[in-house]
Amino acid sequence: MLRIENLTVSYGNRRVLHDVALEVNSGEVVALIGPNGAGKSTLVRAVSGVIPVESGRIHSNGSGHPPVDLIALSPMQRARSLAVVPQAASMPPAFSVWETVLMGRTPHLNFLGQVSAKDEAIARLALQKVDALDLSERRVGELSGGEQQRVLLARALAQSTPILLLDEPTSNLDLHYQVGFMETVSTLAHLDNLAVLVALHDLNLAARYADRVALLVEGKIKATGTPRQVLTPELISTAYHLPVQVIPHPFADVPLVLPGRK
Amino acid sequence: MYRASTSNMKIRPYLYTLLILLLAVVLSIAIGSVFIPPADLWRVLTGQPPQTVTQAAVIILTLRLPRTALVLLTGAALGGSGAAYQGLFRNPLADPYLIGVASGAGLGAVLAMSVKWPYSFWGLLAVPAAAFVGALGTVFLVYFLARLGKTVPTTNLILAGVAFSSFATALTSFLMLRSTGELRRAIAWLLGGASQAGWEPVLAILPFLLLGLGGLLLAGHALNLLQFGDDQAQQMGLPVTRARALILLAASLATAAAVAFSGIIGFIGLIVPHVMRLWFGADYRRLLPLSLIGGAAALLLADVLARIVLAPQELPVGIVTALVGAPFFLWVLRRAKNQGYW
Repeated sequence: MLRIENLTVSYGNRRVLHDVALEVNSGEVVALIGPNGAGKSTLVRAVSGVIPVESGRIHSNGSGHPPVDLIALSPMQRARSLAVVPQAASMPPAFSVWETVLMGRTPHLNFLGQVSAKDEAIARLALQKVDALDLSERRVGELSGGEQQRVLLARALAQSTPILLLDEPTSNLDLHYQVGFMETVSTLAHLDNLAVLVALHDLNLAARYADRVALLVEGKIKATGTPRQVLTPELISTAYHLPVQVIPHPFADVPLVLPGRK
Repeated sequence: MYRASTSNMKIRPYLYTLLILLLAVVLSIAIGSVFIPPADLWRVLTGQPPQTVTQAAVIILTLRLPRTALVLLTGAALGGSGAAYQGLFRNPLADPYLIGVASGAGLGAVLAMSVKWPYSFWGLLAVPAAAFVGALGTVFLVYFLARLGKTVPTTNLILAGVAFSSFATALTSFLMLRSTGELRRAIAWLLGGASQAGWEPVLAILPFLLLGLGGLLLAGHALNLLQFGDDQAQQMGLPVTRARALILLAASLATAAAVAFSGIIGFIGLIVPHVMRLWFGADYRRLLPLSLIGGAAALLLADVLARIVLAPQELPVGIVTALVGAPFFLWVLRRAKNQGYW
């Protein structure tokens, strides 16, 4: 599991995250929601170690293992505990899907990046899990947004980490791919017992695929809980400065958020 | 099916480029003011009695072999560091000179030329040594200027490099206009290919080249990761800041060594990696060694041309690399369009 305590992050003098506390259990999908600029991406970047943390603690906790301080680890060690699925915005066009997914094995390789048969087997399994094995020979630059996003998920899975962070993975995808992608993520979390934290724009995707939801506003966690507990008209209208209505989803047992007029 | 590369695919690119390199080496030794039949070269190299070889051939070989070695090493340094800079900056226009290495070297060289050195071995080495110091000093200065806290953003690095480059170039021109006697020598050096005789230059750059190119040959996987951007590279486990600094240092060592003795030779570092990428793919673990071999072959061929076009006069090799290299590259680019190789 992933445990974040009192996390504070600043860009220069501007404080972007204040005292954030969040837990993601193994086998659980937690959706991180909040308006633009609330600090969702900053949280993902800070937890993955690419921007410095001002204060606070980030731990990974395996069942029965002592907690590991993720901040203190080297990038290589951290990448064995935690993998990130970025937005498929700018992919280098020249690599094949197979080469890209194999790069996910980096934290388990020497600095020359020599792969063994075991690494290839793990990469192949990762591609199978996201249903992209048939894309292996294609170049990532030629793929559609939905296909690229699945390849990035496979690359993260190839890292074989207990924790997975996803930074708004569905924002470039159409409806079909959004639903398909989140189905895959939620299935993997539950089957492979992964701790998954996913930053999401779409409140209804969060409601449908997350076990729990955390609402981040202006760098502070305003609420955490089940989708039904967090996606309430009060919390959401205050956070987004917009009146909303929440009704039961017509064919799933989750809330459905409908925006009103400004 | 899922395997992108068979073992055949892995060996063939090296085979092709090494064959071209071998051809270039033989041509470079054979062709010049006196033609040396490859058979004579073979006899000399295998240590057969000199009576069977003409005396002239032996003398020329002692001149032509070190020159071939120097050109080969210079070309390898330019090709290898060119590939590394392109990967490091994720910029297809990057070349060994982008961040000011060449202008720094030029400034160092011209400064040394404006001093009257006593004629000696060390006097001979003063200009290349000053060029070397200028090149490496520039890299460190630019890196320091571009630093932002703990990171060194690529755009900062390029901007600082370009700005310092103009400054150093202006200062070089100023020095050249003020000085009188050594002007021609400076111009020849700046055009590239001021041919130095003997094995001394080869031995002088060898340690720097081995360090620089050896470092680059180990950097292929790191450069592959960096193509996804610094964030993703680090999230996959690469210590990005350290890796960047080491690759920059290795590439600059190689470039400085090349520039110090051979002057400023354009286009090899820019074009060779692109041609290799178009032909053999973008995997840096393969691209770096291939660019090294390709750079050596390309510069040797250019040097041969430089010797025969206006024989008995020699052209600066920098003119040949630009005159032949640019159209050749455009032809390759044209044939490969729409492949999205970069």
